[in-house]
Parts: sequence; structure tokens; C-alpha cells
Amino acid sequence: MTHARNLTLAHLWIGFIAFAIALVLGVWQMWSRSPLPAPFLTASTYFSSVTAHGTAMAYVLTTFMIMGFGYYVAETSLARPLPAPRWAWIAFWLGVVGTVMAVITIFSGRAAVLFTFYPPLVGSVFYYLGVVLVVAASWIWCVLMIVAMGQWKRANPGRPVPLAMFATVANAVMWLWTTAGVAAELLFQVIPAALGLKAQIDVGLSRTLFSWTLHAIVYFWLIPAYIAFYTMVPQAAGGRLYSDTMGRLTFVLFLIYSLPVGIHHLLMDPEQSNAFKFLQVALTALVSVPTLLTVFTIGASLEIAGRLRGGRGLFGWIGALPWERPLMLATGLSFVMLGFGGFGGLINMSYGMNAMVHNTSWVTAHFHLIFGGTVVIMYFAIAYTIWPSLTGRAAPSLAAQRTQLWLWFVGMLVMTLPWHYLGLLGQWRRVATFNYADPIIAAWGPWVIVSLVGGVLLLVSGLYFVYNLLQFAVTREAHVPAVLYATAVHPPARVPAALNGFRLWNVLVAVLMVLAYGYPLAQFFVIDPPGALVHRVDQRR
Amino acid sequence: MPLAEEAIVRSEVRWAAVAISVMSVIMLAIIYAGLVHHINPPSNIETIDPKTLHLSGEFTEANLGTRVAADGRVTSRIVATQFTFLPRCIVVPASRPVTLRFATPDVIHGVLVTGTNVNTMIVPGYVSQVHTEFTRPGDLLMPCHEYCGLGHSEMMATVRVVPPERFKPDAQGRVSCDAR
Repeated sequence: MTHARNLTLAHLWIGFIAFAIALVLGVWQMWSRSPLPAPFLTASTYFSSVTAHGTAMAYVLTTFMIMGFGYYVAETSLARPLPAPRWAWIAFWLGVVGTVMAVITIFSGRAAVLFTFYPPLVGSVFYYLGVVLVVAASWIWCVLMIVAMGQWKRANPGRPVPLAMFATVANAVMWLWTTAGVAAELLFQVIPAALGLKAQIDVGLSRTLFSWTLHAIVYFWLIPAYIAFYTMVPQAAGGRLYSDTMGRLTFVLFLIYSLPVGIHHLLMDPEQSNAFKFLQVALTALVSVPTLLTVFTIGASLEIAGRLRGGRGLFGWIGALPWERPLMLATGLSFVMLGFGGFGGLINMSYGMNAMVHNTSWVTAHFHLIFGGTVVIMYFAIAYTIWPSLTGRAAPSLAAQRTQLWLWFVGMLVMTLPWHYLGLLGQWRRVATFNYADPIIAAWGPWVIVSLVGGVLLLVSGLYFVYNLLQFAVTREAHVPAVLYATAVHPPARVPAALNGFRLWNVLVAVLMVLAYGYPLAQFFVIDPPGALVHRVDQRR
Repeated sequence: MPLAEEAIVRSEVRWAAVAISVMSVIMLAIIYAGLVHHINPPSNIETIDPKTLHLSGEFTEANLGTRVAADGRVTSRIVATQFTFLPRCIVVPASRPVTLRFATPDVIHGVLVTGTNVNTMIVPGYVSQVHTEFTRPGDLLMPCHEYCGLGHSEMMATVRVVPPERFKPDAQGRVSCDAR
């Protein structure tokens, strides 16, 4: 095995262990909020659990999955060894140390600030430093991805960068922009406060800085799924990619439009004006375009595959697709959840309409469908697809993989559809318990229990996933070729320089960010709002 | 299955036009709702010092709760603080424009009122303002919906919507839950 294979396995296992722990916590949190009596429930255990769940899912699973998959794509799609594998291992261990540091701090009850921080609440500095180490690890990964693509381009002048790698580097470039917001918040505001160097925090500024990160981070999580859609799924379906150019354009659009839209997370905030809220809502509408393009291009690619396999008629090609292949099945299920989640997202971004659902279970349902549904089910499918080439062993049972994927899909819908409904009824987020003696709240009880059942299904499915991966250890060794990436119907011989690199797009991102975030950030230095006193959550007597 | 490159490009462009049209219609609906129905998010950027708001000005204890101004406008002022609202119950008239003003002396909070579109974040350093009209009489829940510390789950207030004829301000224009 080469360096990149070991790296990929190590990263994915860290991510999946964090994921399994976070699932257990998630189910327990739903149990706590339900009318059924939950064990170990105190305010401190609940909010520490929410902090751990969010940190493990949003920072650890995703970052390790994206780094590990990136190394795999770099090595297999460019067909050359990874540059500076020693740095990749340094990044890995930085991430592991950061994760352990954050987790120990959370479980000692000294960082119940949730993974979105909420200053002026301030927890132990070791929690924030742990998160910073994970982010620093991902920065090293970004540089390695950019260097790997640069080396390949120098060795292959004029040739188009393979789409999978182009997309991976798009994600790396986007992530460097994305993390600037949260890094500024942590390094200049929260960590100095946690160290006792600052007594006050400008909360409007910290919320605006976090919003800079908060939307694009979702696309950071999402892009591996899209890489699978464009480069692996048409191959698994037995067809070809409809349009390579559309793929490149989609990833460029994600890079451009996922960043200057974060203020839509602050629609209900008093510190930003209607003008900038509206501007970023309009840009948010544009960020739906690459997703709609993807649905079309992948749909067309699958239609080609279905017709090649003998599918006839307007919809006959759908039934002709190889649904017995886990990657194919996961893609179908992922698209359905993307449909529900995307619809909810359009409501959330709708400026005035957001007031109906802000901070209700509707929002929780939305991002669980997008992240847990669309994204994580593709993480499963990617793992199933590349595991044989990582371990040199054949898949033990495709049926077991399919069952696991179906369980995840059913669990996700059973959990999130009631959440949408409860959100419309006004059920609010982020509380440990509800007073079910209240007549308004009592009526929600049965639906909360239904959603808990969905959560249990998700836990079973998640553990089944880990079991399926462990099963590779007992299967026969097989010579498995590396995953082949899909060819386009018309593979490009050359592509314009703009679609073979990111220089132009970085300039455009800079311009858009100055337009969208320049004044919203500068205003805090103009109006100089009064600061809020730091409130520590980690001081005990 | 022959698929000419131009045919593929044409179909992609056609679809992109459909996608952009759909989003344009959604944006037009949002603009219409904002301009014609005045459905805008709370965005008044009005600063207030969280460290001193209890000492002077509109958020001192005597000014909290619902008050009808001389010109008949109804305003309710509420302080959100770890882990309660002051006051814990407000009275508002049904079928009349009401302005809700919130401020906090400590950390981030947020409120929604169940069964209505009243929803805002309450950020230390700012006054949050919501204009609304309650349609039906009854007691509604107004919980804190943003994590504000370990006591967050218990942070709750009541909005008592009364029929216009039972909304009776006292000599200073105040209406409170206790008075009923």
C-alpha cells in the first residue's frame, strides 16, 4: 500500500469513530426532549452533549472525511504520488490531538457553548484550541491539494485537470476563504476572552464573522458528495458523464457563491441592515443554481446509463439502472433527501418568510436532511466504493450495504418530517426539555416520539455501517483495481484556462466578499457598538 | 445513442435558463412581500449598552411591559436575561398594531411567539424591534430560542392577547398581566 491509501484509511476511521459517538449522543438528546424520561439528564450533560454532537459531526467527521478522500482523489485521479506525505501525516496528528483535546474539555463539562460558540458565553480555552488544531490540519491539507494539482499541471501542460481533482482543489480553495471568518472570531475575540485577556466582546462582530464561515462550510461538507455524483456515479451506473464542462462550472459556482451569502443566517439579527440581508438573500438564490445544474447533469448521465442498459420510454431508464449497486442506490436516496432539504432551504432563505421558522425544529430538520441525508449517505457510499481498493479485499455483502443505506434513508425521513411539522407549530430549538404539562406543548408529544424512532433507526444504521466496514477484515483478499472515474460523453481535449485553475475565480471571490461583507464588518468599527461582558461557563467552585 | 456536443450544450443552457427563471420568480415574490406587505426581518441596528441598560432609559424596570402612548401606539418592552424575561407576562390587544422591543444585559437570547411570525434574535449591544398584529385572543408561549447558558430550557414568557375591548390601559397607559 502506498502512503495515500494508509492516510485515507486513517482519516476515514477517525471520522467514522467520531460519527458513531455523535450518533449515540444525538439519539439521547432527542430522548431528553421527548415526553419519555431519559437517564443522565441534567442541563450540563445535555448541553455538553449537544456541543460534542455538533463538534464531532460538523468539524471532526467532515474534516477527516474530506481530507482522507482528498488524498485518495489526488493519488488516483492524478496517477502520481502525493507531494510531501510527511506533512499529510503531521496534519493528521494535529487533527487527532485537536479532536481529543476538544472532546476531553467538552466531557469535563467546561465547554458547554455548543459548536457555534455563542460569545459572550466563553468556555475553556482548550476547547477552542482543539477546534483550531483541526482547522489548522485542514489548512495543511488545502496546501497539499493545491500543490498536487500544480505539480500535475506542470507535468501535463495544456491538459485538463481531471474533474475529481479540479473539484477537490475547488473545495480546498473555498475552505481557505471559508475558515477566515471563524478563525478571526476565535483568534481575535473568543480565545483572548477565554485566556482572560479580554473582558468584553463585540457580539455583533463575532456573529457576522461566524456567518462568513457558516454557509460555505456546508458546501465544504457537500463537495465530496458532488465529486461522487460527477465522477464516480456515472461510472457505477455503467454510463458516462453528460458534460465535463458543466461539472467544472458547477464547482466554480460553488466556490464563488457559497461565500458571500452567510448573512442569511443573520436574517433575524438586529445588527445587520435590511439592505445587506436582501443582497445576500439574492446571492443565496444564485447558489441554488449549481445544485439545480447538478441534478440535471447527473440525471442526464444516469439516463444515458439506463438507456445503454436497455431502458425504454420516458421513465423506463430509471428502472433499468443498476440499483443493486450501493453507490447507485445511495445517489437516488441522496437526491430525494436533497429535494426535501433543498425545498426547506428555499423557505429558510426567503428573507421575510424566515421569521416563521427561524430557530425552530424546521431548521434542525433542514440541515439534518442536507448534511445527514444528502452528504453523509454519500460518505457511506464513497467509503463502500473505495474500501476494496484501500484494503485490497472484496466487499463482504452488497445486500448488507444496501440495507444499511435504506435504514439511513427511512430513519432520516421519519426523524425530519415530524421536525418540519413541529417547527411550523413553533417548537423551538436548543432546549434540553419541554414542559409537556403545557397544553400547547403536550400536543407535540406524539410527533416528538415519532421523530425519536427515526433517530433510533439512524443509530442502528450508523452502527451497521461501521460493522460493514469492519467486515472487510474477514473477507477474502482480492485484487481490486482502483476506482475508475467516469469519462465524459465528449471528454475535453483542452479546457479554457479559467476552467483549469482558480486564479480568476479567487479574484472574483475577493470582489464579491468586499461587496457583500465589506461594510457589514466595517460598520462595527464605524458605529463602535458597546461590548458585552464575557460570561464564563467553565468556572466552578 | 449519438449525442452531439452542441445538443448537450443546448440542453444544459436551456435547463440553466429554467433554473434561473424559477429563482427569479422566487426573488420577485420576496421583493413583493417586502415592499407591499412590509414583511421585512428585524434590522433596526439600534445600539444600547448591555452593562447600563437597567440604570437609565427605556429598559429600566419602571418602563418594562406594555404601554400605550398618547398617540395610541402600543409598545411592549421586554428584557431578556439569564434565565428569565422581565416581565414574564405581557398583555397585548388583538387586531391592533403592536411594537415589541427587546434588549439584554448579558448574553445572546432570542424569542419566538408560538403560532405567530414574531421572531427575533436578541443580541447584547442592540435593541431588537418587531412590528406585528396578533389576530386571535389567548395565551401564547414566548420561549427563549437561542442557547444562553445552562438555564436556557426554563426561560419562558407568556404573551396574553386580549380582545380590543378588554385591553384597558391605566392612567399612565400601562397594561400588565397582574392587573387583570
